[in-house]
Amino acid sequence: MSALVLSESLGTTVRQPLMRATGVSKSYGDTIGCLDVSFTLHPGEVIGVVGESGSGKSTLLNVLSAQLPPDAGTVEYDLRHRGMSDIFRLSEPDRRRLMRTDWGIVHQNPRDGLRMDVSAGGNVGERLMAIGARHYGEIRAEGLDWLAKVELDASRVDDKPKTFSGGMQQRLQIARNLVTRPRLIFMDEPTGGLDVSVQARLLDLLRGLVRELGIAAIVVTHDLAVVRLLADRLMVMRHGRVVEEGLTDQVLDDPHHPYTQLLVSSVLQV
Amino acid sequence: MNAVAKKASWDEAYNFAYLDEQTKRMIRRALLKAVAIPGYQVPFGGREMPLAYGWGTGGMQVTASVIGPSDTLKVIDQGADDTTNAVSIRRFFKRVAGVATTEATEEASVIQTRHRIPEKPLKEGQVLVYQVPQPEPLRKLEPRETETRKMHGYAEYGLMHVRLYEDISRFGHIATTYSYPVMVNGRYVMSPSPIPKFDNPKMENNKAIQLFGAGREKRIYAIPPYTRVKSLDFDDHPFEVQRWPQACALCGARNSYLDEVVLDDKGGRMFVCSDTHFCADRQEKGHRGPMAADPAARAFARSSETSEQKEDDGR
Ligand SMILES: Nc1ncnc2c1ncn2[C@@H]1O[C@H](COP(=O)(O)OP(=O)(O)O)[C@@H](O)[C@H]1O
Ligand SMILES: [Mg+2]
Ligand SMILES: [Zn+2]
Repeated sequence: MSALVLSESLGTTVRQPLMRATGVSKSYGDTIGCLDVSFTLHPGEVIGVVGESGSGKSTLLNVLSAQLPPDAGTVEYDLRHRGMSDIFRLSEPDRRRLMRTDWGIVHQNPRDGLRMDVSAGGNVGERLMAIGARHYGEIRAEGLDWLAKVELDASRVDDKPKTFSGGMQQRLQIARNLVTRPRLIFMDEPTGGLDVSVQARLLDLLRGLVRELGIAAIVVTHDLAVVRLLADRLMVMRHGRVVEEGLTDQVLDDPHHPYTQLLVSSVLQV
Repeated sequence: MNAVAKKASWDEAYNFAYLDEQTKRMIRRALLKAVAIPGYQVPFGGREMPLAYGWGTGGMQVTASVIGPSDTLKVIDQGADDTTNAVSIRRFFKRVAGVATTEATEEASVIQTRHRIPEKPLKEGQVLVYQVPQPEPLRKLEPRETETRKMHGYAEYGLMHVRLYEDISRFGHIATTYSYPVMVNGRYVMSPSPIPKFDNPKMENNKAIQLFGAGREKRIYAIPPYTRVKSLDFDDHPFEVQRWPQACALCGARNSYLDEVVLDDKGGRMFVCSDTHFCADRQEKGHRGPMAADPAARAFARSSETSEQKEDDGR
């Protein structure tokens, strides 16, 4: 037991990256989406991506999560059996399998991430069934378990998400993604469009789950309060480029780039 | 039909079997591909066929493409040979292809069907043509064609079980009773067309060729003879066919698919075989159900013509 713990902690100190982006660029015609972005993400680490609207955060996230091929640059991921691999060189079925097992994607708009005509339990169970679960009782039990983890009432398990509030839909999306125990989860403005009190509760929940499960995450937001609470490290984007990066507290408390200073001061005014 | 000339036994105002040769060749190519890849939906360039609304043209086009002058055609609609649609389709092919027609399953070389598989086991050499309104079993949950195509391509079928999961969570059991999805040859999930799930087990290892035509969606698919066909289910909710506590009121069959028939406005009803030929055949062989002698029941029997014959023959 202690030997295992030791070797595991040794493994962590080696710091094998989970994902590595190198020179990632994506334009839409003449419009720059993101430009020459490079970074390394380690297992269990949470990176926040901040910047004003239009700074390229969603574009970057969509490329990293294999939803949008880049014009230039590579995105490598530590596949369970193959090690670091360029995700855009995987075959499409392999990439799709990765996206629904080892990754999770929480969309800003729950409509993009949930099946609105399928019950909450069915939404959570879908990934399990996709990887071969064929025991109804077990799938349902797991669904109920995850509803509890995201603080949704078990009595809602057979209700459709279209009857849920925005905050509940977002929590259901999280449960639906985490059920296969992914190692990496992508989130685009996870608290966007929610009331402030609902936002705070969702953030608490997310922080708890990410810490408890040791999941790595890339969280895109224009809201510095979100990354303050969730992110270990921060990347600040402007006009598609990363202008500053570092540990969250350092960047927020002692911003070096003038643009970051502006961002931080404007949030202080809010 | 009376005006048929000697050299051709069909109405020569039409090309044989109505469709032009090029169209039939195109459909046959699609059929060959479909047979080679069991359960895979092959797109084809569909044509219009003259028929009553509600029948769709997919099955008709397939039948027109496989039928030859020496074939014998049977047409069933919900198990019955004598509905308006079954009669008019039979008459149509008699006219445009000059083929013999029959109600007897064992005599037919081509059987066109909507909603049932005959009770009598099919033989090698027979062709069963299904009329299909919606070929895509995933469509209800995934409206995007690009996505369902990928799901089939990569055998990503989790969604199919989501559909069954939803059934159980709502009704306590898999409530889907027709169009019940099957896995063909361990590879493609397929809609069996709106047959009752009672008929699903008949598709497996069937000796006949099973061809499916969807006219509106322009898709053809097939199950070659002796192919594995498994109905999807859960370990703790295994697939089951419908069962009835009673036997057929007319022929006493206990292993056939029964339709409920209302006899009067006082709650009188009976359950009879949906396969009218199967039922009549059994009665002809002397099998009797509990209401076989009841005149009201006889009057309501679907295939009254055949039943009357039986009365004469049987006694
Ligand atoms: N699909 C698209 N087509 C054209 N331009 C786009 C598209 N998506 C984003 N853009 C543009 O790319 C830039 C970055 O957008 P985006 O990545 O959405 O930024 P953010 O998420 O930070 O608001 C913006 O100028 C935006 O207008
Ligand atoms: Mg965005
Ligand atoms: Zn009967």
